[in-house]
Amino acid sequence: MIKKIGDNTIRFTLPPKIISGYAIVGPKEGQSPLAKYFDYILKNDAFNEKTYEKAERKMLEQAISGAIDKANLLATDIDILLSGDLLNQIISASFSARQIQTSFIGMFGACSTMTESLAVGACLIDGECANRVACATCSHFSTAERQFRFPLELGCQRPPTAQWTVTGAGCSIVSREGTGHNITHVTFGKVIDFGINDMNNMGAAMAPAAADTLKNLFKDTNTSPGDYDLIITGDLGKLGSEIMVDLMENYGYKMGENYADCGQMIFSNTQKSFMGGSGCGCSASVMNSYVLSKLDSGEYKKVILMSTGALVSTTSTQQGETIPGIAHAVIVEKGNK
Amino acid sequence: MDKNKINMAYSKFVENRLPKTKFFPSLLWAFLVGGLICCIGQGISDALVAIFPSLSKDNVQAYTLIILIFLASFLTGLGVYDRIGAFAGAGSIVPITGFSNSIASPAVEFKNEGLIFGLCVKMFSVAGPVIVTGIVSSMLVGLIYYIVGLL
Amino acid sequence: MDMLLQYLIVFVVGGTICLLAQILIIRTRMTSARILVLFELIGVFLQAVMLFEPIKQFAKAGITVPIIGFGASLARGAMEAVKEVGILGIFTGGLTATAAGIAAAVGFGYVFALIFRARSKKS
Repeated sequence: MIKKIGDNTIRFTLPPKIISGYAIVGPKEGQSPLAKYFDYILKNDAFNEKTYEKAERKMLEQAISGAIDKANLLATDIDILLSGDLLNQIISASFSARQIQTSFIGMFGACSTMTESLAVGACLIDGECANRVACATCSHFSTAERQFRFPLELGCQRPPTAQWTVTGAGCSIVSREGTGHNITHVTFGKVIDFGINDMNNMGAAMAPAAADTLKNLFKDTNTSPGDYDLIITGDLGKLGSEIMVDLMENYGYKMGENYADCGQMIFSNTQKSFMGGSGCGCSASVMNSYVLSKLDSGEYKKVILMSTGALVSTTSTQQGETIPGIAHAVIVEKGNK
Repeated sequence: MDKNKINMAYSKFVENRLPKTKFFPSLLWAFLVGGLICCIGQGISDALVAIFPSLSKDNVQAYTLIILIFLASFLTGLGVYDRIGAFAGAGSIVPITGFSNSIASPAVEFKNEGLIFGLCVKMFSVAGPVIVTGIVSSMLVGLIYYIVGLL
Repeated sequence: MDMLLQYLIVFVVGGTICLLAQILIIRTRMTSARILVLFELIGVFLQAVMLFEPIKQFAKAGITVPIIGFGASLARGAMEAVKEVGILGIFTGGLTATAAGIAAAVGFGYVFALIFRARSKKS
C-alpha cells in the first residue's frame, strides 16, 4: 500500500516516535534566550581540540551518545545512523560514524539536514527496515566561516543580511516502539531557485523553497497554518522569514503567531548576529531542545518542523551560479511521554 | 513558464526588503580609523627622521611601511585586527595594514593543514590578486614608459 | 603649528580615501580583496600620469600609507628601472621597489602564523 498522499507528502500508518533528543551548543549560543533548554553548553568553542573541525566532530559524537543515553539505550541498539553536516564530503558525520560503529547513511541537505534525516529515518522505520535510528547533524561557526567565507582573522565587515553560523549539534533517536512524540507525516521538498546569488543573503535564497514545501504540506494534508501549535523553520533568519510569510500569503495561506524561526530564536538581539543564526546546528539544537521539551510539557500538541538549506558551494558561486534552496518538513504530534 | 521573469521579480522584491546599512556611522568609522592609521604612519616616519637623520627619504618610507606591516601582522595574530575591521570596514582595509592583515590572516587560519599546503599555499588566498595585478600593471606601465621613451 | 596642520592634512586625506572605499563597499558589496586591488590600481595610474608626487608632497603619509602608495611605488619602480636599464627594467622595477613591503608582509605573516592560532569571533 502506497503511503504517499498528495504530491509530496508521506503519511505513516504506525507513526515512528522521537523517543529522545540531545542538543549541544557553543558558548555564544549558550547566552541565548533558549540557553536553559540545551543539554550541554561548551565553555570554549575549540572544545579542547586542536582544530575546529575536530571540535565540531566531538560535539556531534557527544550529541549522538547523549541522545542514546537519554533513551536508556546502548549504541548497539541503534540500527542506522543518519547524519550529515556542512563541511566538504560531510567529514564531521562520517568521522563521528567511525567512532559509533553502526550502519551509517551520510546525508547532505546543507542546513536542512536535521529534518531531512528525521524524514528519511521515519520512512526507514515505517518501512520496517529498522527499529531505531539516530538522526544527527552539527555545524561550527569557525569551520563554516573558513570554508565558505573568509579567514577568521581577516578584518572585514559582515553585510547586514549576513547570518551567523550556529556552533552546535543535535541528535534525535527515532524508534518504532517506546514512548515519544509521533512523526505522522513528512513532506520532502523540491530544489527551488529564484535566482539569488548573494552568499550573504541565504534567507532570501531559501525562502521560496521553504514556502513551496509548506504549501505542498498544507495542500497534501488538507490542513491550514491554524491547525498547528507551532510551525518552525530552520534558519531563514529575519529577512528570509518575512519573505516566506509574504510568499505564503501569495499562495493563499496566512501565517499566524504560531510561526517561528530557529535562526531568529537562537540569538538575542544584542548578540550582533544580524539576521539570526544559520547552519545545520541551528535547527538541530533548537528542535532537539526547545521544541521537544515544549511537546513534553504539553504546551504544543502538533508542530511542523522544517529545516531549510541553501545548496551553495564556493565553486559554483564563483562561477556565477545562483543559490538553490531546499526544505523538508516533518509533522510531529505529542505522544504520551 | 518564463523563469527569468519570475527571478527578476523576486530579486526586485528581495531588493526592496533589504535592511539598510547604517550608512553614516560606518562612513564615520572608516574615516576616523583610516585617518588615524595614516597619522600613525606619519608619526613613525617623523620619529625615524628625528632618530636617524642620515636616512634617505625613500628608506624612511620603506621603514615606515615595514613597521606598520609588522604591527598589523602582530595584531592579526593576537586576534585584534579583525575586531577593528568589524567596525572600521574600509578604514582598516585600504591602508597597507589591511594588505598585511590579508596575508597574515589566512596564514594563521590554515596552518592546521600543514606548513606547505596550509600556511604557504593559502597565505595568498586573499592578497594574491593584489600582488599579481600589482606586478602585471607595473610591467604594463614600464612597457608603455619604454615605448614612449623610444619615440 | 605647522606640524599640527600637517597631521590634520594626513588625517583628512587618509580618512577620505577610506571613506570613499567604504561607500564602494556598501554600494557594490565588494570584498576586501577587490577593494585592495582597485585602490592599488588607482595608485599605479596616479604614478603613471605623474600625479602621485605632487599629492605626496602635500599629503605625505595620508597617501603613502593607503595601498595607493604601494601601487604608486610599483609603477615608479618600473618607470625608473626602465630609464636606467632599459627593457629589463620592465621586469625588475616594480618588484624591486616594493620588495621591502612584500617581504615584510610575507615574513611577519609567516612568523606570527607559527606563533598564534585562529580564534573565533565573538561578534
